[in-house]
Amino acid sequence: MNQTDIQAPTVAKTQPGAEILLRALKDEGVEVIFGYPGGAVLPIYDAIFQQNAIRHILVRHEQAAVHAAEGYARSTGRVGVVLVTSGPGATNAVTGLVDALMDSIPIVCLTGQVATHLIGNDAFQEADTTGITRPATKHNYLVKRGEDLARVVHEAFYVARSGRPGPVVIDLPKDILIGQAPYAAKSEQPHRSYRPRTAPDAEQIARAVALLKSAKRPIIYSGGGVINAGDRASEALVRLGRKSGFPITSTLMGLGAYPSNDPQFLGMLGMHGTYEANMTMHDCDVMLNVGARFDDRVTGRLNAFSPDSRKIHIDIDPSSINKNVRVEVPVVGDAGLALEAIIEAWDNDPTVPDTAALAGWWQQIEVWRAVKCLKFTQTTAKGGIIKPQHAIQRLYDITRELGRETYISTEVGQHQMWAAQYFRFDKPNRWMTSGGLGTMGYGLPAAMGTQIAHPDALCIDIAGEASILMNIQEMATLAQYRLPVKVFILNNQYMGMVRQWQELLHGSRYSESYSEALPDFVKLADAFHGVGMRATSIDQLDDVIRAMLAEPRAVIADICVDQTENCYPMIPSGAAHNDMILGPEHGPGLRNGGASGVTDEGLGLV
Amino acid sequence: MSTIEAAIRSATISVVVENEAGVLARVIGLFAGRGYNIDSLTVAPVDDGRGRSRINIVTSGTPMVIEQIKAQLSRLVPVHRVADLTQDGPHIAREMALVKVIGQGNARAEALRLADAFRARVVDASTESFVFEMTGQTEKLDAFVELMRPLGLAEVSRTGVAAMARGTRLI
Ligand SMILES: Cc1ncc(C[n+]2csc(CCOP(=O)(O)OP(=O)(O)O)c2C)c(N)n1
Ligand SMILES: [Mg+2]
Repeated sequence: MNQTDIQAPTVAKTQPGAEILLRALKDEGVEVIFGYPGGAVLPIYDAIFQQNAIRHILVRHEQAAVHAAEGYARSTGRVGVVLVTSGPGATNAVTGLVDALMDSIPIVCLTGQVATHLIGNDAFQEADTTGITRPATKHNYLVKRGEDLARVVHEAFYVARSGRPGPVVIDLPKDILIGQAPYAAKSEQPHRSYRPRTAPDAEQIARAVALLKSAKRPIIYSGGGVINAGDRASEALVRLGRKSGFPITSTLMGLGAYPSNDPQFLGMLGMHGTYEANMTMHDCDVMLNVGARFDDRVTGRLNAFSPDSRKIHIDIDPSSINKNVRVEVPVVGDAGLALEAIIEAWDNDPTVPDTAALAGWWQQIEVWRAVKCLKFTQTTAKGGIIKPQHAIQRLYDITRELGRETYISTEVGQHQMWAAQYFRFDKPNRWMTSGGLGTMGYGLPAAMGTQIAHPDALCIDIAGEASILMNIQEMATLAQYRLPVKVFILNNQYMGMVRQWQELLHGSRYSESYSEALPDFVKLADAFHGVGMRATSIDQLDDVIRAMLAEPRAVIADICVDQTENCYPMIPSGAAHNDMILGPEHGPGLRNGGASGVTDEGLGLV
Repeated sequence: MSTIEAAIRSATISVVVENEAGVLARVIGLFAGRGYNIDSLTVAPVDDGRGRSRINIVTSGTPMVIEQIKAQLSRLVPVHRVADLTQDGPHIAREMALVKVIGQGNARAEALRLADAFRARVVDASTESFVFEMTGQTEKLDAFVELMRPLGLAEVSRTGVAAMARGTRLI
């Protein structure tokens, strides 16, 4: 007989907290941690040193660790993991946490903390991390007893990924990491209090379908929630689109859930959305919002937002429903499950949709589409200046020619909006951008995290020359791990988006928005062991893009573009959807004037 | 209409929470961060052996805001249940106040007489002061405090509202 069989279950085996932590991470399926060491987390780094199951990526700034984990999470659908030290390590991570909170990205962030007996004493590198991160996270924990550690880690992963995903902080005092405690396996018990509803209510689904079938001027407005709900949700969205024949628009965060090249897709909506998407939203009679949150960048002036429509809203987070906009049919649940339920109910419902009305609606939409709101003129003359839109258009065309799996991240500004408008996505999880918080400095670390998750894919950060400097130190991380990320800078020598608002709303007084004393990005790439390239005129553009994509190392491509270009179409803050400003291609633009019709109230908005 | 202009209503909301560190800060932070009103807030463990506390909040806002408050509270991880006592049916709400009145002569006698009429109890007395204890609805306490003002009202300490549904209904 085996010895162990007759042994009574005696005292539980114990191990140091740091080992418990790594064991719990492994049990949660973690493969990569993005982190930066310091005194309070040395026991964890010691444990990392002594194992091989989990890979640690050493970033160069804690903010970048969180953005990298966001890129990893968003491109894989898994939870991203971050490890930082106490005090400044934790405070540096805060921007990333809020970014993940706003965009509903699942992150578990482990922060070091001073020993429990020192907490509250202003000890060296002590910060009230749970206090500081309370409004920056979905939830946070301070582990005060070793025996709670494993349970808290498992719970943190559950909370981060369940319901509406988000960042979770676990604050780990040093004595807990050193002290011995028993391990606890993942519990099969449901969480005591947090059990978000995922299955939609059948009655609401029936009401939704009745409303959809009665529509004469419908639209589907999809958001980041569809991406978060996984491939199944995107597939269901496509099926519903095909089945219904309805037009579809997407938020910035939702791009890729529905293939952009499909004729039913109207492009992005909102402040810099397409004319056709915004007009369709404004004039529709039935709106199906799935996984979007009626954000102010999308709705424009609330009391003029889609005034005549009856609205259905699918969201996993009940607090998103009826927050800004009253809806008629609220559906709480997972976007994928809800869309599948709608498709099933649609099939079982004998009502025939009004196809004649729908055809008329499409005629109207085609009229709006014919405005070609995204058109621009690119000179082809030798030495001609590069239009930023054209640079992205070519980047898109050439990556498509190559046929490689491509992931795009962005920084924040005009280039971000142009990327959303001109780069087209036909699969979910390929587009990483900071939507809710609008964090400059997001794109490079996000591309880095994405590249870690997809080593063979093409990972490109479409950047602005100002934003890229906010986390430029990550070029060193790229070099260390030989990550062939491509940084594609649309260098307009301005904080272009700021300059645009100053031009349109502040009498062209360009206060502090010029990118003075820029580094030489080609030399900068070189200094960071990467490859620098530059295109200053249109005849060089394609060659630089091709060389960049062919280069096996990390690249910074400095694309010098038109400094005066503005991002259109644009709904000025506080205006209605049918009150868009179109670009200079569409008659007298606003290049010399202010945004007419912008009220003081609108000026007060961001 | 997309937005609604509606009358402000008052709501008494009870929240059952996991009795853990930081839970009150989460609730208060939610109200502060999102600009909701707190007219009164009470919290105490209501131990049924499961480590839970009950928070009672009196707040006010448009119906849409009140719905938002409830939804926001419900999605906090350590929150078990949220009940809108004002909306869900008849309920009782009580608070307790300690009211110190300092004075002599007629004013003092009048204070005592009014306290009696309001069924306030004298829980402390000196030759120049009384401390009254009074339990009741917020409005009744307000009225009593107002009456004491000209009679030497010196200090007030109130508990905030504890509330519960009438009848067999549970939160
Ligand atoms: C951390 C941070 N600081 C400030 C801003 C405000 N902001 C938004 S866009 C922008 C300019 C970005 O300039 P650049 O990266 O060159 O992009 P461009 O608009 O020129 O394409 C600024 C300063 C921000 N979004 N994030
Ligand atoms: Mg710029």
